[in-house]
Parts: sequence; structure tokens; C-alpha cells
Amino acid sequence: MTAIAAPFAEGRSLLHRLDPRFRLLAAAALTLPAAVLHDLRAALAALAAGALLVLLARLSPVRVAGRVLAVNAFILFLWLFIPFSLDGAPLLVLGPFTATREGVDLALLLTVKSNAILLTLMALLGTIPVQDLGPAMQRLGVPGKLCHILLFTYRYIFVIHQEYLTMRQAMQARGFRPRTDRHTYRSYAWLLGMLLVRSWDRAERVHGAMRCRGFQGRFYTLTSFAAAPGDYAFLAGSLIVTAAIICLEIMRIS
Amino acid sequence: MSRAIIDLHDIAYAFPGRAATLDGLDFHLHEGGKVGLFGPNGAGKTTMLHILMGLLRPDRGTVSLFGKTMADGKGFDEARLKIGFLFQHSDDQLFCPTVLDDVAFGPLNQGLPPDQARDRAAEALAAVGLSGFEDRVPYRLSGGEKKLVALATILSMRPEVLVLDEPTTGLSPEAKDRLVEILTNLDMARLVVSHEPDFLSATTDTLLAMRDGRIYPGKLKAHSHVHVHEEGDVPHEHEH
Repeated sequence: MTAIAAPFAEGRSLLHRLDPRFRLLAAAALTLPAAVLHDLRAALAALAAGALLVLLARLSPVRVAGRVLAVNAFILFLWLFIPFSLDGAPLLVLGPFTATREGVDLALLLTVKSNAILLTLMALLGTIPVQDLGPAMQRLGVPGKLCHILLFTYRYIFVIHQEYLTMRQAMQARGFRPRTDRHTYRSYAWLLGMLLVRSWDRAERVHGAMRCRGFQGRFYTLTSFAAAPGDYAFLAGSLIVTAAIICLEIMRIS
Repeated sequence: MSRAIIDLHDIAYAFPGRAATLDGLDFHLHEGGKVGLFGPNGAGKTTMLHILMGLLRPDRGTVSLFGKTMADGKGFDEARLKIGFLFQHSDDQLFCPTVLDDVAFGPLNQGLPPDQARDRAAEALAAVGLSGFEDRVPYRLSGGEKKLVALATILSMRPEVLVLDEPTTGLSPEAKDRLVEILTNLDMARLVVSHEPDFLSATTDTLLAMRDGRIYPGKLKAHSHVHVHEEGDVPHEHEH
């Protein structure tokens, strides 16, 4: 029972001192092109940029490795399927399955891109404390509803999880053992339904409590953002790297 | 006669598909008044508070706050800034990532610049004895600490009146004593709702009772009672 830990947000590095708004902009500039790339060299460049940012942020290597491994565990599944599901030059034949050169290339590209985005977001987004993230997004013109959803998901996900655990325990206390039968499915459906109803009620109460403290739809923040020359320089640098990555991509297509 | 802060007249309210929770309820709180409202669970105490805060709309009757009749949402928006409403469950009230953000939320909504909001927050935290809790995560605090932080979040708005809904729910005896001490030291008009007569008599000077959807003058009557001690063999003193 704990709130979401945000170990990356605590730090004193160069990146941590940058204006959160500029970190958000740089993150968007670097990750959006990386998501749609087709060129391996461009993807590798994005990966290098991500790795450099992680170094600049001086994040704990153990924690970074932990998260990278967690994400790559999912990517591993891609390697089980993609190399065998594309037509092209055969590379490896395993019984009825043939891995193709094109398939391996695609899996490699996806792996590099995913890790590039992951590293960039860890360094730029992960280093913003959550109490600054909402206001920073709001200042950049992100719709208010989106900011509210982010903030409240962060705050209440564990409260809701706790309610789920309490209800599960109450079920177990009455002899409930999950099996593969109708009774189990129906009970789980009720549990989820009840969780939804409770969350809805809680949302109503929280909103009421906020209105009682003068909330009228807009968040104000204690943090005042002030852009320094360094922030602009960093953003400019990020945009240059982004431009270089896009150039690599375009050169491949033409 | 002093100015009426809260004035409820002939309020009726029924939840959809149920018998009337409130029916012909009248309630007044004057400047400097310290009123305790006693009633069993389900008597409609919370419903009445939500109506007076404008969170529920009554089926009948009028709500006047600070001498103005509340006709629409806008009037309530203004009046709420002067009423410190403490919710029964602190988890409904505390929603920010840090204690400081939560305590400064009200002052920021009141339009104070960040510096002043920060000062107000520090002052309110000091008033509840939680200086130094600024960077703590509200969710990870104990029940008693959450309640005190929630109290600080409304004190920081410098309200003219406190409205407390079952403030002792789920608190340990120590936390309750702490709350009584803080409330005794605050010289502020208040409406405290509780089903604990002891707490009400310690924190208010007028007692009302809620029954059948209406409010009646309350009577506190001392009576002898039997109680059980966990470790009855150990010699102990009573503080009555």
C-alpha cells in the first residue's frame, strides 16, 4: 500500500533544473518522430540521444536497467512472432516456420525505437515531479480535462486498488476460491462493477470537496515557471537532434 | 443581535426513491456561534451539510449564507470561500501529491499569489501542529495526520466559519484529543456534526439534536454508565 514512487523526479542534475515546460516540449519533439521512423540508422540516432539524456539526468543505473528490462520483456514476445510472420529472404528454418531477413529487421527496428522512446521519456518526463507536470501541461495548452485525468489517476489509483483488495478479502473470507466456472466469472464481474460504482461515488465526493475549497475548473500552482536562456538552448539542441533524425529518415526514403 | 452566517429555512430533501431525509428543517448559526449537532447515523446530518454547501439542491426551502439568499451556483461559489468544510473522509478531501500543494489549494483558488499561498499554508500547518509536513505525501499519512492536514487545508483559507462533518470518524483516542485541543484553541464560529456527545460538548457550547429530518434543542444529561477496561487489574485513574 503505497503511492506511485517517483524516484527519477528527485535529483539535482542539469536536466532536473530545466523548466518542466521545456522538458515536455523536448520530449514531444524527440519521441513523436521516433515513433513513426522506418530507418534503422535514424532509430539508432534517437536511441543514442535517449541514452545521452539519461546520462545527463544522472539517473540511478540500477533503476534505469530495471525499467529497461521490464519493457524489453514485452518486446521479447515480438521477437517470437515478427521474424516468422513476414515474407522475404529466408534466414532460419524451424520446422514449418521460416524466419526472414525482413522480419528480423522489423523486430530490430521496433526494439531500437521502443528503447529510444523509453530512455527519452525517463530522462525528460520521469524527472518532472507530478505536482509540476499538470501545471506544465496546462501552461502548454494541453486541454484541462487531460491534465485532470492524469493528476487524479496518479492520486486515486492506489485508493481504488485498496478498495479492490478489501473486497477481494471479503470474498475470500466467505470462502471464495477463483475457479474456471460461471460462478467465478459472475463474481469477478460484480466485483469490477462494484469497483466502478464506488470509484464514481468517490469522484463525486472529491469533486464536491474541491468545489468547497473554491475549485472552478482551473488549477493554480505554487511553482512559478521561469524560462532561462539555458532552457531555450536545451530546446534548440533537442530540435536540432530531432531534425537530424528526420533527415536520416528522409534520405532513406528518397 | 449578531449577523446570521448560516440560515436554513424549511428545507426538505429526499433521495430518489426513498422517504424524505429532511422535512421542514430550520437551522441558524450566528456570528461567533459554536453549535454542535448530534444525531444517530442516517439522521440526515451529512445531507443537511451538503445542502448548506450547495453540493445538493433541496426539494424545498431556502439557504442563506452571510445574509444572502443562495439562488444559483454562483452565489455558492462565493460563499464557499468563507466556509471551511471538513469532509467526513479525508481521502475525499486530500487529492494533491504533497501536503503543501493540498494546503495551498484553497488559497490559490481564492486568487492569492504563490508566495502568499505558501505562507498561508505554513501558518495553517503550524496551527494544527504539523509544521515540517510540507513535502509529505497525503496518502501515506496516518488517519489522524490526514484529518489534521484536511483541517489545515480549510484553515489556510481563513474561513469565517468551520463546518465539520463527523470529524472523529476513524480517529484513535490520541488523535481525537489532539483535535479537541486544536478546536478549543481556535476562536472561530463553527458547526460540528457528530454522534459523539463527549466530543461535541468539548468543542461547542450549544447542542442541537437531529431527529426525523428536523432539528430540536439538544439536552445533555449526565448519567452513570458502566464501562470495561482492557487491563482492569492495573491500577488507574479516571479523568471525569
